[in-house]
Amino acid sequence: MKNPAFYFNAELCTGCKACMIACKDKHNLGTGVNWRKVLEFAGGEFIPTGRGSFHHNVFAYYVSISCNHCENAVCATGCPTKAMHKDENGIVSVDESRCVGCRYCEWNCPYSAPQFDEVKGKMTKCDFCRDYLAKGEAPSCVAACPCRALDFGEYEALKAKYGEFAPIAPLPSPELTQPHLICKPNRHSRPQGSTAGTRGARISNPQEV
Amino acid sequence: MSTRIKPMPSTKTSRRAILKGGAAVLASSMCPVAIEIVNANEVWADMPKPASQGPADKILWNSCNVNCGSRCALRVHVKDGVITRVETDNTGNDEYGLHQLRACPRGRAMRQRIYAKERIPYPMRRVGKRGEGKFERISWEEAIKEVSSRLKNTLEKYGNEAVYLNYGTGALGSTMGKSWPPATTPVARLMNTMGGYLNHYSDYSTIQITVGMPYLFGKAFDSSALSAMEDAELCVFFGNNPSETRMSGTKARTLQHGRFSRNTRTIVVDPRYTDTMVTAGDEWVPIRPGTDAALCAALAHVLITENMVNTDFIASHTIGYDEDSLPEGAPAGSSYKSYILGTGPDATAKSPAWAEPITGIPAARIEQLAREIGRAKPCFICQGWGPQRSSYGENLSRAVSMLAVLTGNIGLKGTNTGEREPNRVKMLPMSPFPTLSNPVKTAVSCFNWFQAIEDYTTMTDKTAGIRGRDKLVAPIKFIWNYAGNCLTNQHGGINQMDPILADETKCESIIVLDTTLTSSAKYADILLPVCSNLEEYDWTVEGDANISYVIFDDKCIEPLGESRSIYDILADVATAMGKGQEFTEGRTQYQWLEHLYAQSRKALPDLPPTLEEAYKMGVYKVKLPEHHIGLRAFREDPVKNPLPSPSGKIEIYSARLAKIAEEWKLPAGQVITPLPEFVHDPEGAPVEAGSSTPLLLIGHHYKQRTHSTYGNSAWMKEVAPQDIWINPIDAKARGIFHGDKVKVFNERGVTYVSARVTPRIMPGVVSLPQGAWHTPDAKGEDQNGCVNVLTSLKPSALAKGNPHHTNLVQVTKA
Repeated sequence: MKNPAFYFNAELCTGCKACMIACKDKHNLGTGVNWRKVLEFAGGEFIPTGRGSFHHNVFAYYVSISCNHCENAVCATGCPTKAMHKDENGIVSVDESRCVGCRYCEWNCPYSAPQFDEVKGKMTKCDFCRDYLAKGEAPSCVAACPCRALDFGEYEALKAKYGEFAPIAPLPSPELTQPHLICKPNRHSRPQGSTAGTRGARISNPQEV
Repeated sequence: MSTRIKPMPSTKTSRRAILKGGAAVLASSMCPVAIEIVNANEVWADMPKPASQGPADKILWNSCNVNCGSRCALRVHVKDGVITRVETDNTGNDEYGLHQLRACPRGRAMRQRIYAKERIPYPMRRVGKRGEGKFERISWEEAIKEVSSRLKNTLEKYGNEAVYLNYGTGALGSTMGKSWPPATTPVARLMNTMGGYLNHYSDYSTIQITVGMPYLFGKAFDSSALSAMEDAELCVFFGNNPSETRMSGTKARTLQHGRFSRNTRTIVVDPRYTDTMVTAGDEWVPIRPGTDAALCAALAHVLITENMVNTDFIASHTIGYDEDSLPEGAPAGSSYKSYILGTGPDATAKSPAWAEPITGIPAARIEQLAREIGRAKPCFICQGWGPQRSSYGENLSRAVSMLAVLTGNIGLKGTNTGEREPNRVKMLPMSPFPTLSNPVKTAVSCFNWFQAIEDYTTMTDKTAGIRGRDKLVAPIKFIWNYAGNCLTNQHGGINQMDPILADETKCESIIVLDTTLTSSAKYADILLPVCSNLEEYDWTVEGDANISYVIFDDKCIEPLGESRSIYDILADVATAMGKGQEFTEGRTQYQWLEHLYAQSRKALPDLPPTLEEAYKMGVYKVKLPEHHIGLRAFREDPVKNPLPSPSGKIEIYSARLAKIAEEWKLPAGQVITPLPEFVHDPEGAPVEAGSSTPLLLIGHHYKQRTHSTYGNSAWMKEVAPQDIWINPIDAKARGIFHGDKVKVFNERGVTYVSARVTPRIMPGVVSLPQGAWHTPDAKGEDQNGCVNVLTSLKPSALAKGNPHHTNLVQVTKA
């Protein structure tokens, strides 16, 4: 593949996190290293009626996100040692022999996709399950998804299959990195940049990702 | 020298000291359940690594068969005798009906459950006081001898009705290793070779609806498949939350089929904005827990007063709706219509304005919901099992079904009975392991068995719902606790259970057989290590709305430590009791499976010729194209196909319940009503102003665990940490911020946990996900957010069931 990409359907995602665990199991990742993350975005509030009841405008949904192997991989362009690079298959990869663990890539990436492994002292990240791709199999997270909310493929082909959608919160603006990601909204979802609701302005499960 | 199965310096641990099939070191900082082993210098270790690098030697099929309602296929990678990866079903083209049996994150975290330092390494005998957690390591020979002599002693002194098989669902769905239903377990087979045991009826998940619903329909659970909602115009979920309670990919596909095939509008009535609401819900109607019966009464009020009741259906298929259709002997004013319109004894119209302060739902919203339900043709009404797990769940569950009855949305395409969808429509006819029959017919409820330890003499059919006899004839003196955590953790009232279990003069023997050191296991007299399902041969039979399947569970690794299969353990006990031949019939576990497989092939000739080949195949699926519709035959012709109720019809007013209400002796304040009325519980909504425990507490099913199983997985604890859900309004009033440590308490107990401040729960309600491992500190205060230190031991009036979601608490910043 030239531009490997993920598709995510927020309508089907229940936030179960099987994608995260499948990834951790396959790549033997400890706690604190999450190549894929499930963000919960929730907001709205309850307004008392004064009659012992409430009105509300609450909403919630999930976004499962990993490295988007972006067109403009700012993690790589900002890497002082050139350890972070896009390989011949379009997979953004870390050359561990060059990585000094400065974490600039993590800081540069608006998705926080590169994950620091404290034991190794190196950056690690989603490798698109390159061994599975080579065998013609789906990446671990895609094959795992109980809700069939994930898919993968060549970016242009995925766009043709699913179409393009306006980005939803809490994803950053796609203009920053031109991610190879197609995200179908949930019917409760808010547009990218939304700060609606009491907690809607932020990801509501920071401790889980 | 004493060793603790709890955090200790890793320098003292000896790698591979115990585990022969794999190995590890004790390293993690938090082991909730601690026991002391006085004579052993060996402990468990970390996740083992295979001896060599490279790809797996083999990928074998097995399953995750815990108690979530799903059973999922696993493809287990094994290298050098060590599990290195756990994947899921990847067969076929994933077409609905033959779809992949994909596991949820818990199944995918199986490695951490198998190689957990909480695995019970070898047989142990209690040496300290019961419940104190002090044990000594013993040999299998000693263990079998002690178990059998204790059992003989109980049988001689007190008889078979003093031996109880406690509820346990840690090994569900399998054939030889099955821990539930009790009568189908190998423990039942053992006891049935020697005169039987005291039964229990129903289960902690469903007891109020299982016992309550037959008074309406004559039976429970002839509900429609969830996929049938695709034919409905509107679907209303009362506390039904399949996306969290049945989280597998198999069940997810069913919900998606029902919801998205024709974009069925779906309303979710729940105290929480659940993950079912996230994916399937169009609108969330937040409701105070335990008040669904009040909401349904108000919805009925609108349906009746605005002429949206299907009076033809009511006339032909029901009794007790109005005064004219009441059964003989029912007092005047006792019909459903009189109750709703306020012309009955309480003279209170159940209008939306009446229900508003009880449920927390604006009256206008109730009216609107009633009109939507009344006009949608067809309307699919269903309920989960959470709402009924409350002090008046028997009434609540019938009240929800009344919406389907009133609107005639029963037995037709796109309708349901108002009950929960069936877990599976059809099981494939695999021959079960025969467990013989129990000559003892006496049964306690799954929940009130503890009273039979304390004082069995007060337990009769009328005081305690005893079945099979009019009263108990023996105290519980011996408990088999296989693959279950319902002595304490999952039972409720943990602090109140402790003195009951700890008193060795009451229950004289507690035998715990499990893979894992649970909080219940601390109360064992004899603690025996059972291998996990990945360490033995078996198979698992399950299904869903449009699929039925078998997973052939291959033996992936050798049993860890000194653990053995439950069959082998009990075969030894049987031999020691002189019943070896009766128990085994001369077969090993594998020979039994071969025998049962050969029988199963007669019913399912498409199965591979040999069991060995079946293990290679892994999964066998059959598509069920029809959407099952509950009570279809009855709907078509109620005369030809009557319900098994006394009248043959739907009994909105139950004369049987009227008789029970008259004859049974209930604790002060409790009632049983012939109609599905809303009854206010002192620990339910509406909460008295100025209460020192003003928050309604529920304990939802949480993705981290299946009940308490997987509660020790570091991965699961990371991606789904234990915390209490609290609305920003309640948090602000208490100065609590997201992530703060809080104290949750009532007169029954205290627990500490972090706060999840979220609008996804209604104000005035908090939810502490059930199943966290009880972790008391030196003062006995739980440190791990275990909800069952706060729940009550008071059985519900009719079912004698666990009222787990009826609690009041206070929350303060810790």
